[in-house]
Amino acid sequence: MTIKECYEAIGGDYEAVYQRMMKKDSLIMKFTKKFLNDTSYKSLKDNLSGGNIEEAFRAAHTLKGVAQNLAFEKLYKPSSDLAEILRAGSTEGAGELMEIITKEYEKTIAAISELE
Amino acid sequence: MGTRNEKQKILIVDDSEMNRSILADMLGDEYEIVEAIDGAEAVARLNTDSTDISLMLLDIVMPNMDGFEVLAVMNKRNWIQDIPVIMISAENTSSYIEHAYELGVTDFISRPFDGQIVHRRVINTIMLYAKQKRLIELVSDQIYEKERSNNLMVSILSHIVEFRNGESGLHVLHINMMTEILLQTVMRKTDKYNLKRSDIPIISMASALHDIGKISIPGEILNKPGKLTKEEFDTMKTHTLIGAEMLDQLSYYKDEALVKMAYQICRWHHERYDGRGYPDGLAGEEIPIAAQIVALADVYDALTSKRVYKPAFSHEKAVEMITNGECGTFNPLLLECLLESADSIQEQLAVNSIKQESDRNIRNITEDLLHYEELSASERTLRLLEHERTKYQFFASLSSEIQFEYTREPSMLTLSEAGAKMLNAAEITMNPLEEEQIIGISDDKVMEEITKLVTGSSMESPVIQYDGELLVNGEWRWSRVICRSMWSHEEKPVMTGCIGKIVDMHEEHAKIKDLQRIASYDGLTGLLNQSNAKRHVMERLHENEDKDYILAIFDIDYFKNANDRCGHMFGDKVLQHMAGRLRGSTRDYDITARVGGDEFMIFMQDIEGIESIIDRVYHALTGKYEGFDISISMGISRTRKIGRKYENLFGCADKALYTAKQAGRAQYCFYDDSVKEILSVISSIDGEE
Repeated sequence: MTIKECYEAIGGDYEAVYQRMMKKDSLIMKFTKKFLNDTSYKSLKDNLSGGNIEEAFRAAHTLKGVAQNLAFEKLYKPSSDLAEILRAGSTEGAGELMEIITKEYEKTIAAISELE
Repeated sequence: MGTRNEKQKILIVDDSEMNRSILADMLGDEYEIVEAIDGAEAVARLNTDSTDISLMLLDIVMPNMDGFEVLAVMNKRNWIQDIPVIMISAENTSSYIEHAYELGVTDFISRPFDGQIVHRRVINTIMLYAKQKRLIELVSDQIYEKERSNNLMVSILSHIVEFRNGESGLHVLHINMMTEILLQTVMRKTDKYNLKRSDIPIISMASALHDIGKISIPGEILNKPGKLTKEEFDTMKTHTLIGAEMLDQLSYYKDEALVKMAYQICRWHHERYDGRGYPDGLAGEEIPIAAQIVALADVYDALTSKRVYKPAFSHEKAVEMITNGECGTFNPLLLECLLESADSIQEQLAVNSIKQESDRNIRNITEDLLHYEELSASERTLRLLEHERTKYQFFASLSSEIQFEYTREPSMLTLSEAGAKMLNAAEITMNPLEEEQIIGISDDKVMEEITKLVTGSSMESPVIQYDGELLVNGEWRWSRVICRSMWSHEEKPVMTGCIGKIVDMHEEHAKIKDLQRIASYDGLTGLLNQSNAKRHVMERLHENEDKDYILAIFDIDYFKNANDRCGHMFGDKVLQHMAGRLRGSTRDYDITARVGGDEFMIFMQDIEGIESIIDRVYHALTGKYEGFDISISMGISRTRKIGRKYENLFGCADKALYTAKQAGRAQYCFYDDSVKEILSVISSIDGEE
């Protein structure tokens, strides 16, 4: 799978990230792969289930930022929504959003793993 | 500015490793990247050295101190002025952005960030700051240059007038100095004229121009020896208006402070306080203070200098003439100033050579430079600080002491490099009292005690000292903590933290302990001596109030005879032997002591079957030694009978011992009522002696 195909598979905005990463596929590749080791998803999941809202907010916020930078649009949207809910100290609807995030996250991880 | 081959450092503060890494990559190889994983680490980094960071990229949402808190600290410590901050965040609500700008950030980039933009803005910001710094330097150079050429022009101009006047060229100089002196005196005495320090050089420079109008007065009148006619004098008087007009007609500079001031002086330096001067007949405070002062200086110098029409008068004579009103009426306040500054006026006006003049110029230039100290001081201060830091690090590396510094805001502990290694802790620890590494170096009580001592210290006596056990290099060692609390420079100082050192005193402490041990034991037998036995017994009684004890005293029967017969050496051996037997027949927990010549003491718990225990001990202590039969007499007192007072226990045991002796020796006796009765009938003669 090429990087472009990978973005298509996960519904990311390849053009946007291409522009932002100074039109260097090598850079996009590097950071996309780095995403495999990013801990914010795990932290979000753990803290959310552990009821630690403040930490969960920070993790959602970080995940949102990272997804945004890499133009993982499908992952960005629900993490951004979840971050706003958690910021307000609430967990209403957090479960559903977390499910969507998990689905998108797993899809993203799977696609990235197949990168050449 | 660093040298060209030295890369500028950018501090990236973001809790996400991904984000830091993307930013670092975007900035490429042109910069050296320093990373901080949260706000606290960023502040710690700046605290160690804030001078080498050229720019900071700062995230907002982070654990342990967020971006805004970092900015707050940077404002408090004045770092924000020297380090440009670009905030990067997904927060793009305007209130966040506004708040960031209020706190002094230079730029705000929202996520998702574009590599080109980040790169470009970083370069721009760094360049802008560098440019600003260069501009400040440039401007200050120019200001200085301008002042200097001003001085030069003014001095040339006024000298032209003077030479035409046929004066020595010193008049202008004298007026200049006197104006300065009088101004300073006025400022000290009153603030009603709203004079600022910065007005002094302007007014005194302007004073040099007071007579420029004379340039258009015909030479015959100007240099006429004798008295002027009324017409001549009227012409002469016009120099004031002419001078003012010359200045007023300057097309470019007439709004300059110097020119405005010179205008006032030219026009009104012949006005008098009572309104009888010229050209406008102004009175009192209608006359600008600068003109009033120059008028007085002008008159004084005219009186004390030689002129074609008069000799030079002495200072005293001149002052007398002025105060008498012979040269017109002056502001009484200025007359006071003249009298007060008489000494320095005479001293300074004695200057009469060009050499001295140029020395004075040098002094003035130096003073001028000092006015710009806020520009040059920062660098000098940095050098001094750097010097101090090197010195500190050198001495710290030489000594085996652990040096530390603690600041309250943010709560941060900094250890010297070697100290950190010895304590197996980080050089910088945020919130040290919550960190395992720091808490672990002592037990809670020690930390609590030190904290209490430091917070209890005052600015007057800021130094505290505490001895305790600390975990140094992996072993518990007695250490002395010496600490000085630090205070802010505000009107009501608050404690900002403390500095201190930890000195190892384990060896000393061991020695002292050893000496204490030696002092508390009997040298011959190795048993406790009387005073320490007493201390131990009292402690034991105090600490175990629910338990009963017995105290026994015994001595060796006929010991004196054995001593006399076989010598003291033998006696000592017997005592040592008895001590050995005593140790062997009691438990470690019991207290045994030699309380006198051949008197011993046993203190043990009064448990069930104590009688048989005592019987066993008693028999263990009797028997043959080197062919001698040794027997003892023993008296025993019990807390349950006598109470828990040491003196009573000891006294009663002693009485019981006496009873045992009276009853024929080689036996033991409990203190009870019968003893009391016996004692009351027996006289106190010890048959043994």
